[in-house]
Amino acid sequence: MRWLLLKDLRILRRSPLLVGMLVLYPAVIGALIGFAVSNPTAKPKVAIYTGVPIGHSVVTLGGQKIDVSRYAQELYASITPIMTSSPAQAVADVRSGEALAALIIPSDTVKQIQSLIATGEGNPIVRVVLNDRNPLERDLVQQALQTRVNAVQTAISSQLLKTIAADLQLVLTGGKISFLGHSLDLLGLRNTRTIVQGAVTSLPAGSSLAPALGQVVRFANVAIDGLALAAPEITSVGTPLTIDQTELSGKTTPTASYAIAIAAVVLLMFVTLLLASGMLALERSENAYRRLIGLLRPSQLLAEKVVLATLCALVLTVAMSAILSAFVAIDWSRFGLWVLALGFGGLAFASLGVAVGALARDVSVASLLAFMISLPIAFIALVPATAVSGGLATALNVISFLFPFRAALQAVSNAFNGIAPGIGLPLLHLVGLTLVFAVLARAALTRFADR
Amino acid sequence: MDGAGTATLSAVALTRRFGKRVALSDVSFELARGELTAIIGPNGAGKTTLLSILAGALPPTDGEVRLSEPQRPRGRDPGRRGLPRGSVGWVPQQPALYSKLSVAENLRLFARLESLADPEAAVARMLEQTGLADRHGDQVGKLSGGNQQRVNIAIGLLSEPTVLLLDEPSSSLDPRQRARLWEFIAELAKLGTSVLYSTHDVHEAQQHADRVLALEDGRLVFAGSPAEMDWDY
Repeated sequence: MRWLLLKDLRILRRSPLLVGMLVLYPAVIGALIGFAVSNPTAKPKVAIYTGVPIGHSVVTLGGQKIDVSRYAQELYASITPIMTSSPAQAVADVRSGEALAALIIPSDTVKQIQSLIATGEGNPIVRVVLNDRNPLERDLVQQALQTRVNAVQTAISSQLLKTIAADLQLVLTGGKISFLGHSLDLLGLRNTRTIVQGAVTSLPAGSSLAPALGQVVRFANVAIDGLALAAPEITSVGTPLTIDQTELSGKTTPTASYAIAIAAVVLLMFVTLLLASGMLALERSENAYRRLIGLLRPSQLLAEKVVLATLCALVLTVAMSAILSAFVAIDWSRFGLWVLALGFGGLAFASLGVAVGALARDVSVASLLAFMISLPIAFIALVPATAVSGGLATALNVISFLFPFRAALQAVSNAFNGIAPGIGLPLLHLVGLTLVFAVLARAALTRFADR
Repeated sequence: MDGAGTATLSAVALTRRFGKRVALSDVSFELARGELTAIIGPNGAGKTTLLSILAGALPPTDGEVRLSEPQRPRGRDPGRRGLPRGSVGWVPQQPALYSKLSVAENLRLFARLESLADPEAAVARMLEQTGLADRHGDQVGKLSGGNQQRVNIAIGLLSEPTVLLLDEPSSSLDPRQRARLWEFIAELAKLGTSVLYSTHDVHEAQQHADRVLALEDGRLVFAGSPAEMDWDY
């Protein structure tokens, strides 16, 4: 087997164009897919019209002031704003495709918010116009705008509730309030109860006022107890939603290193599939198979092609990962696990490759078949489970299970990042696939030499 | 012809089926040491199938191949589906060579796969014997058809086999190259190698063979000397 391996390496060395394409093409495709899948999207362009004059964006609530323009600045950080001079211009920008959406803030928005807070009457409306030509872009910009609008709403409701809670506290305990430029003392329920209780004890026995004042004291008791309990709860409503976020894996996968894992597995897949299938089919194309098979067992020939493809792909993927690690942090202390994951992935892909080569029996057909298989199994494995539903999701999962891409990606990604549940299960899956495809390849070899 | 008449290879009731199609049916014969035997027959008669079975590249459905020559000390493993490694040399119709490798690299590879005791000596010997010594560094893909066939035959002879099987060896050669090939094969037979070759060319069978085997629809319909053969048939 050693001599066959050296022979194949020598043939590859003498085919620089083929080897160059075999290395460059998957490396570029892999890097593109990896970064396309995992890179954050660019900021969407949004046409903005605001009728609120500068300096008039403050809502006053009790003694507190909320500057709504602060939230606008946060919105601008997540989009690329295109400031427009009129609502019509903002809509026109969307129609022309200049902007993905328009956000129109009428001039009375702040006034309406102020009125709603002060009197309970008011209807602040912010208008959003979306471009629905691209659903993905529409969802993206809608999400960005909704997030910021929610932030404004949360800030105002929070402030409102804090003010209400403070006012209730004043009603309960009394204190100074400011009204029409004058400072006034507010008695408060507790003080009122103390005064009434004092008055009741000073009444002559049998006074007809005693039962009535007794009722006032009991009301004050109930009101004090109720408000004392309610005030803190109202304050807590100022932050209406607490998000308890749980990461199932304990850690999240760093996006950039996941991109490298995808790129590495794409490279691994292309090189092993194309090499294993092509080099096996080459034995028949060169008419050497019949002569070889008299000298060694078919399983030895298959093993040689699997080892050849895996070794070549392993060297290339490790080299590519090393180069990319100059730009993205990768945990080099886990290098042994990288090699393990890439090696097992390579064996499974190469095993699939020899099955393809044995079935195709011709170099060009084998290469085409390997190519046609590669792209769909990669894309199917990369479709997020939540992106589709029902029977289609099940079908995609089954297909992904039957081919090595998803298991290899899990193993390599986990090896790169050390994320639970580890690489044991994916490696076991890959071993199973290696054996299944090897059996298929061996069966296909029985008719390999037939013309 | 030293030792002529001693059987070196026996085909016993060889049958090969491909699905329902019978490619070879109950074919039996023997090859004597130093004998030149031609297999003739129309396309699809079973010539290549018979040679492939004798070479161990294809298993028979029924029957067996026996080698009566003592096995030479060569490989560690039994070769070609149970036949002693090195006892049968096979030269397929299409050159079975790696076009990206040089003449010497092709010879060296198969010498090593044959587990010959001294691969380099075997390569040097075959380069000399086939007159390819001055072309040893040339890539096979850049050689003429005739020279490729010489390399093809050289590989078949690397292990100094007692039986040499050639599948239409002269089909891609011009008349001059054919003449040189038959001189070379006759020389091998004189040295004691049993040679079995298939051909479409009745003149090649008449001129060069000591014995003729005629196949038709997978059956052996004639076995005898060229003089006994009814060539009009």
